[in-house]
Amino acid sequence: MIEFVRNVRLWFAPEQVREEGSTPDYRFSLANERTFLAWLRTALALIGGGFAVDQFLPDLRWAWRVGLALALLGAGVLCSLRAVNHWVRCERAMRRGEDLPASRFPALLSLVVAVVAVAMVVVVLVGWAG
Amino acid sequence: MGGVSTEARDPGLQPERTRLAWRRTTLSSTVAAVLAVKTALHGGASPLSVALCALCCGLWLGFLWVAHRRIRALATSPRPAALAPRHATAAVLCTVAMAACAAVLVF
Repeated sequence: MIEFVRNVRLWFAPEQVREEGSTPDYRFSLANERTFLAWLRTALALIGGGFAVDQFLPDLRWAWRVGLALALLGAGVLCSLRAVNHWVRCERAMRRGEDLPASRFPALLSLVVAVVAVAMVVVVLVGWAG
Repeated sequence: MGGVSTEARDPGLQPERTRLAWRRTTLSSTVAAVLAVKTALHGGASPLSVALCALCCGLWLGFLWVAHRRIRALATSPRPAALAPRHATAAVLCTVAMAACAAVLVF
């Protein structure tokens, strides 16, 4: 938890990241930046999915629709916050010459997406049967 | 190229690829913003929904500004400096704020 707070402070302070270690090859930094952007696109897609569930499934019951939309939006928020946190951690690890941080987040996100997909299948089948 | 080495250009085209990644991300943010505006104006124009619509447009512009600055930095220098954490955080905060607007609109 304390580590996370320290990371949050680093999000806003470029000088502090640059104080440590040595500047890595600029290509590594750019690759890290592209990974960050890919995660940010995933987050934006999840947020767009939240809007889409709300807008394009009007026949769904209110509770299901709002629940699914909020789940997607929550996943989007988590994904974007994690994107910047992971980017800072990778950047710092590269400067210090350490191993890149391991992460459980991709597995977690896959599980959440799978659960939402199964929920969608159930919703469609229930709506079709009823 | 007749033995002429182009030292200024990275053969892996890393800055170009990063620039295009920023463009793709801007496009994703545009799609999210368009969906936000559609949701906001769907159920009639109440003051709250108009305010949220304006906020989403503002957040989209903020994201566009961050992306534009970075794209310009990547385009002008053959060895661009690393992304500043402040700009990464700004882009993420725009995304999170848009999700917050979405939660209010959906509810």
